[in-house]
Amino acid sequence: MESLYFLIPISMAFVALAIGLYFWAVKGGQYDDLELEGKRILFEQEAKPQAPQQPEDQA
Amino acid sequence: MTSLAAPCYHCGLPAHPEFSAPLQGALQHFCCLGCQAVAQAIMGSGLGDFYQFREQQNPKVEAQALAFSAYDNPAVQSEFVHSLSGDLHEAQLLIGGISCAACVWLIEKHLQTLPGLVSVSVNSTNHRAFVRWHSEQLPLSRIFAALGQIGFTPMPQVAASAYQFWQAQQKTALLRVGVAGISMMQAGMVAVGLYAGALQGLDAHWQNILRWITCIFALPVLFYAAVPFYVGAWRALRLRQLTMDVSVSLALLLAFAASLYATLTRTGEVYFESLSMFVFILLSGRYLEQRARFRNFQQSASLQSLLPLAVTQQLADGSESLVPLRSVEPGQRIRVMPGAIFPCDGRVLAGSSYAIEAILSGEAEPQAKQPGDRVLAGTHNGDTALLLEVEATGAATQLAAIEQLFAQAASQRPAQQALADRLAGHFVAAVLVISLATFAVWYWLEPSRALWIALSVLVVTCPCALSLATPAALVCGLGRLRQQGLLVTSPSVLETLTRVTHVVFDKTGTLTHGELRVEEVTCLRNVPRDAVLAIIAALEAASAHPIAKAFALYASDLRASNLEVVAASGVQGEVMAEHYRFGTPAFAWPASPPAYPNAGQWQLLADAQGPIAWVRLCDQLRLSALPALAQLRAQGLAVSLLSGDRAETVTNLAADLGIDDAQGAMVPAAKLAQVQSLQQQGSVVLMVGDGINDVPVLGGADVSIAMGSASALTQTRADAILLSGDLQALPKALVFAQRVTSVIRQNLWWALAYNLVALPAAVMGWIPPWLAAVGMSSSSLVVVLNSLRLNPSR
Repeated sequence: MESLYFLIPISMAFVALAIGLYFWAVKGGQYDDLELEGKRILFEQEAKPQAPQQPEDQA
Repeated sequence: MTSLAAPCYHCGLPAHPEFSAPLQGALQHFCCLGCQAVAQAIMGSGLGDFYQFREQQNPKVEAQALAFSAYDNPAVQSEFVHSLSGDLHEAQLLIGGISCAACVWLIEKHLQTLPGLVSVSVNSTNHRAFVRWHSEQLPLSRIFAALGQIGFTPMPQVAASAYQFWQAQQKTALLRVGVAGISMMQAGMVAVGLYAGALQGLDAHWQNILRWITCIFALPVLFYAAVPFYVGAWRALRLRQLTMDVSVSLALLLAFAASLYATLTRTGEVYFESLSMFVFILLSGRYLEQRARFRNFQQSASLQSLLPLAVTQQLADGSESLVPLRSVEPGQRIRVMPGAIFPCDGRVLAGSSYAIEAILSGEAEPQAKQPGDRVLAGTHNGDTALLLEVEATGAATQLAAIEQLFAQAASQRPAQQALADRLAGHFVAAVLVISLATFAVWYWLEPSRALWIALSVLVVTCPCALSLATPAALVCGLGRLRQQGLLVTSPSVLETLTRVTHVVFDKTGTLTHGELRVEEVTCLRNVPRDAVLAIIAALEAASAHPIAKAFALYASDLRASNLEVVAASGVQGEVMAEHYRFGTPAFAWPASPPAYPNAGQWQLLADAQGPIAWVRLCDQLRLSALPALAQLRAQGLAVSLLSGDRAETVTNLAADLGIDDAQGAMVPAAKLAQVQSLQQQGSVVLMVGDGINDVPVLGGADVSIAMGSASALTQTRADAILLSGDLQALPKALVFAQRVTSVIRQNLWWALAYNLVALPAAVMGWIPPWLAAVGMSSSSLVVVLNSLRLNPSR
């Protein structure tokens, strides 16, 4: 049982980190459009043969 | 033409036999030249996949009278364009016509082909596009034109404050849901240890530690995530009302205080994890409802969105310059080009034209404007440029007066209280009384347990399912209605929709298409119908009169020369070396004007030898108008027609449709008064309209629906928008609203039934905290599952 003295603070630190990351993601606008981003990959797949993308990432 | 036409490939409205084009190896049909041009432009740039990916038909393409070149003017750009570095610029555009993710893909792909465009990103939810470009390579007007070319209507995003407020609110709501979710999971995990300990026996030392940990995890939930409930409750209490927020806040704060007391004194029970779960479930429901509501939030479209951004001002020395509308003041002189929108109220100084005022008055017939006449902001100029003296701008215009009438009407609108909130008042009172009674009785029986049993009553009856009952059903119902073509912007109207007893329609643009079409051709000489129409089309090619639009369909290779447009009479010109006149009989054949064949809007074509043919024009009824009215009557609803058009036209149309109660020549205030008098007689009124002149009455009616072709201003003032223009969606929506309301009722009954079962058990002191948590979440789950039945396609 004594291991809880270490494990619980560690889990709390992780929770704080998760909430911090979540705030960062929401405030950065990553959740602004919940519909579109999931579908974008479907379109790109079809468009590629017509217009070859440049090697740079355009995320 | 009356036969069932194939749907337009682009917008899905009935196609017109005149418009077809081979696309992707098959002949496709269209409803108008606009849709055809857009589809061809999309295919031509290799983006034809759009038609496979899109989830909905596109809105019909409207002719764009806007001259985009004004957007290249630095003074105009200063209102919405930011200069980043060098010639790199950034702007936010509001794009009309986006209906799904495929539209976004189409816009982004199409704009990326423009040389000089650095980046474009479009948000499919709020229809805003962020564009960055090099202004030396690419004028901004090209970007606007490119959007128009593929069938979208771009607008500069000027007044963004309302939108920014809304977006900040959405973000905060999402943050609260997330914090509640993460904390709830942690608190829940630790609580499992407590529950297991309660059954198997747990060392008091460890029990105390675990309680403190759940308490710590519950803190962000109670003091960050749950804040909106406290704010809502405080507001309700100040108005001396008991709403759902009051009940929720009370349960949260009392249970938290008692759990904290239990933790400090190492007695009783703790409910930290139940509270966290409760907040998370409720916030999720609210967040989804809010998102469904604002899904097509168009910004509060202001009057400004109707008016051009720039005007041509004439200075004292006679020179002209393009200036932003905001800088124009009464007394100045401006020039308004043919086909443009008047930017302000003014008096004509020079020029002779006509104005199309249907948007303000509902009158379809153009009004002649001579020097000295008044013109109104928001109406269209006809076919000659006018020099105006500005009389009123901005809030002082007639257009703005309509907006004020709307605000007044909306404030007088009968109050609608949601069923759940009405119930909540009684519910909160009942629960408080029962909790106090339970405490009193147990205090007398067994004082040490009294507080904890009274508290468990409060927690068990926590109105979780009750407050989820409405949002869950609304979210599912709104999604389904959207698929059927009705976009509901304020969900509370679904309940009102089921009580509607009287449907009031506007005429022009609502029951009819709002544009003239050729209805009948009577040839007086041996000239084929097609030849007559081709000649007229050539004559009308240069005119911007609404009559001319009716002939655009019939344009051929014929070209006319020496064209002259005679105000309020007609057009004349030469086609194939022959002189023709087309217009009123007195104009076309002044020698001996023939009598009109019968009532109706007849125009005469004549050449040097005499009259050739009569053509009757008519603003055609929507195909769906008759069946829709029949279905509404079958549902037992009364139907009325209120129009700003001439009384005679209105009566004729009403007779065709079998509407007994029809009134014409109504100004906006009269329409509103008529609807208010219906409401005083006990009717619940649904108003369907499209013009700016309908805006006040849309505000005053119990429920209002704007047509999809209405201006943005009208649309944002209505509770719902009929996207497809198919009036038959109305009776369907009324039936569906009944279903949504009945699911809401089922949900409420279930929530009450659950409480009725759980309450006695809690009063008797039989419910430990873990059972309270299980009961609360399972009753909420039932409500959500029941609501999902409304949207079986998901």
